[in-house]
Amino acid sequence: MEKETNNILHELTQSEYKYGFYTDIAMDMAPKGLSEDTIRFISAKKNEPEWLLEYRLKAFRHWLTMVEPTWAHVHYPAIDYQDIIYYAAPKRKKELKSLDEVDPELLDTFKKLGISLEEQKRLSGVAVDAVIDSVSVKTTFSETLEKQGIIFCSFSEAVQKVPELVRQYLGTVVPPDDNYFAALNSAVFSDGSFCYIPKGVRCPVELSTYFRINAANTGQFERTLIIGDEGSYVSYMEGCTAPMRDENQLHAAIVEIIALKDAEVKYSTVQNWYPGNKKGEGGVYNFVTKRGICKGTHSKISWTQVETGSAITWKYPSVILMGDHSVGEFYSVAVTNHFQQADTGTKMIHLGKNTRSTIISKGISAGRSNNSYRGLVKMTKRAANSRNFSQCDSLLLGDRCGAHTFPYIKAENRSSIVEHEATTSKISDEQLYYCNQRGISTESAIGLIVNGYAREVLKKLPMEFAVEAQKLLSLSLEGSVG
Amino acid sequence: MDETNIQSNTAEKLQAFFKKNKGVLTSGDPPYLVQLRNQAFAQFNERGFPHTRLEKWRNTDLSRILDHDFHFPLKPSPLDVDLDEVFRCEVPDFNTRLIPQMNGWFMGSGEKLPNGVIISSMAEAIKKYPELIEKHFGHYADIKNENLTALNTAFFRDGVFIYVPDNIRMEQPVQMVDLVNSGRTIFIQVRNLIVLGKNSSMSLVQCDDSIDNNVGFNNTVTEVYMDENSTLDHYKLQNKNNESALTNSTYFHLEKGANLSTNAISLNGGLIRNETQVRLNGSNSHADVLGLYLMDHEQHIDNQVFIDHAVPHCTSNELFKGILDDHASGVFNGHILVRPDAQQTNAYQNNKNILISDKAVIDTKPFLEIYADDVKCSHGATVGQLDEDARFYLQSRGIGRDNAQMLLMYAFAADIVDKIAIPQLRNRIDDLVKKRLRGELSSCEQCVLHCNSKEQKVAFEIDMSRI
Repeated sequence: MEKETNNILHELTQSEYKYGFYTDIAMDMAPKGLSEDTIRFISAKKNEPEWLLEYRLKAFRHWLTMVEPTWAHVHYPAIDYQDIIYYAAPKRKKELKSLDEVDPELLDTFKKLGISLEEQKRLSGVAVDAVIDSVSVKTTFSETLEKQGIIFCSFSEAVQKVPELVRQYLGTVVPPDDNYFAALNSAVFSDGSFCYIPKGVRCPVELSTYFRINAANTGQFERTLIIGDEGSYVSYMEGCTAPMRDENQLHAAIVEIIALKDAEVKYSTVQNWYPGNKKGEGGVYNFVTKRGICKGTHSKISWTQVETGSAITWKYPSVILMGDHSVGEFYSVAVTNHFQQADTGTKMIHLGKNTRSTIISKGISAGRSNNSYRGLVKMTKRAANSRNFSQCDSLLLGDRCGAHTFPYIKAENRSSIVEHEATTSKISDEQLYYCNQRGISTESAIGLIVNGYAREVLKKLPMEFAVEAQKLLSLSLEGSVG
Repeated sequence: MDETNIQSNTAEKLQAFFKKNKGVLTSGDPPYLVQLRNQAFAQFNERGFPHTRLEKWRNTDLSRILDHDFHFPLKPSPLDVDLDEVFRCEVPDFNTRLIPQMNGWFMGSGEKLPNGVIISSMAEAIKKYPELIEKHFGHYADIKNENLTALNTAFFRDGVFIYVPDNIRMEQPVQMVDLVNSGRTIFIQVRNLIVLGKNSSMSLVQCDDSIDNNVGFNNTVTEVYMDENSTLDHYKLQNKNNESALTNSTYFHLEKGANLSTNAISLNGGLIRNETQVRLNGSNSHADVLGLYLMDHEQHIDNQVFIDHAVPHCTSNELFKGILDDHASGVFNGHILVRPDAQQTNAYQNNKNILISDKAVIDTKPFLEIYADDVKCSHGATVGQLDEDARFYLQSRGIGRDNAQMLLMYAFAADIVDKIAIPQLRNRIDDLVKKRLRGELSSCEQCVLHCNSKEQKVAFEIDMSRI
């Protein structure tokens, strides 16, 4: 069995990152480095209104006064912010009217990723907004959605089309001076997705974005803004991949979600950026600020994430429960292998009365990786009768990895209930023996146990993602235990 | 900005004081100790007092207590109280070997018992038992990361030294009572060292009390070394006045097969911080770290527990429970570290809190850091109220609402109280908890000490509404 385990482990370490290909398409790039000129360049390229340029510059000036945070349980060499290209767009030949006009090579990329636009468009009915490097290339289904009054387009398009909506909500959940990476993003964000669901509309399809970092030395700073107006519902999916590179690529995105009265927003991510090779070289630094606010009463925001990629993940999708009776949810599976480091978790800030939140976090660490859960649950004085339940479990595969839990709980009123529980363990020999005994091979048994372990979270994913997530889990982990 | 200024003022005063009185502080110190003091002083000099920007101190603010014109006594102040009367313990039938400490100074007479047990003043022990002290002193306390420990190491004058030789079982519990009583606002540094030999055992009760109402800051560091298969049953009882601050850092070092049980019971105090660090350094060692805190008014309690699983096959268990009323605030920060290769570790951690008022605040952070895979670790934390269903059940059986509430709170605390191994002490604490929960006691009477007799100049703030 020992030998078999070793074989499986070997196989695992051999398994290459299957999304590591590089698409050679003509790129329109900003010169390396960061200065007010870079920002003016980006802003001019995108034909932005004056107020947005001001917003960027203000964020940049503030960023200059800030220092990079070091509190996370991750280690990485210092990032040279002047050695990054802040804007890289595939060169457009002309305005794209239909799918046929999209650069065939780009379409090829999508095919390799397994998200054929036509397929998706025709069969699955998923509207995809594909973001390659920094610019949204093509948004499918926009027209169908438009009939319902739903606005789903790239961020830059929204700036041109619905500037007043963007201006009203941009930076209201994640202010430009929120943190170091949020300030950086606010200064140089290139593109992303914008989504507005009008009053009382239930979005008929699942909206989806695909992010992919393509060019070398580029940072991806996308910006997503989702607004659920009163009584609306939307399920939004985000997937991410990056090609294989030896250098580290920086990804510092912001996602803002606003849920008004009775609105429900469900946000799902499958993150599969390039994690670096097995020696720990290369990979994506994923420093993301994701936050939603339940503004109105009875609103609900739900985050579901499956994190299998990135050399370093540093993200805390959070919910500010401002409206009375609002609900926040966080479901996460984070897998780390080789030299990957993940410091992820959530924040639930209870401001309104009778608010509820649930946190389910499953960490799996293998190889020499470190996987940390860091969460905050805060019950403020006003949040009477609020309720939180958190569970964060860690599974250790191998004796060189680390699993850590940093839960912060702050309660300031007497009527709220906060419960937190966590366990750390490994797959026991008894469990494996039991499966072997019934004719299930060690590899399948581990797959079974890990999938069972993560099931609680996986079942929260939309169908389209659940399949991919399960595949990713198997790819990253199967057989890595002894 | 003010905060920084205030802190640096006290820090600056301490720095000047150290330079001026270095001769007195280090007189009679062997060279290694002089060196250690200098090193600790340099550490403290570099970073000053801990402030709320530090992760470990974010919820405990020392700036208010440091904003006083402190005196740093170099010698014991003249006594105006009757020692026997003050230290007479009010635990009935509790026959202990009493070690009185006044403002940190060892007040008894140093003695070496026929079985080889040494109970002595720290200052004296440094001269009398140089090998024992040099072998252990400063080896377990962390002056690199803990600034208050560095401060203590540089400035300490006295404390208690206890040595239990191999194979000796102390039947009689030892009770250390440290009283703070001074006409002035004092800042004292108390340093204790307890060494348990192989297969030895001891029960130790460490009481911190104040008998006047002056502002005082007591910064105590206790190092405990437990050799192979030794057993220690340790209790901390804390009853300070509401103006005082007590920072209590205890460092336990456990060798193979050692068994520790430590229980911190905090009933009163302006600001209490218990830093408990346990290093499980030998296989099959076990540590139980328990705590109970019942806080009201504007009291602040901070329990920091660090358990270091350095070797395989060790177990630890942490349980802290607290009830917070009025404006009281509580902090729990539990940290379990399982080092690489510390396989077969079992570590459990739990913190349960009940908030009685809307003004009370609790911050809890049960933190696991694990680098070995064959472990069973779990932690939990809850904040809530009493179980409504349970209360309804009691009420439906004719028990009044208030009584039902009392009963449930008592049951909540009983988890910790029941674990006290010394029957007399358990009964006494049990009684105190009951009385406290009924609101029948003034803060003074909760004290395990008998100190409310008329002839003494004792003044306590008594909240009439609670009597």
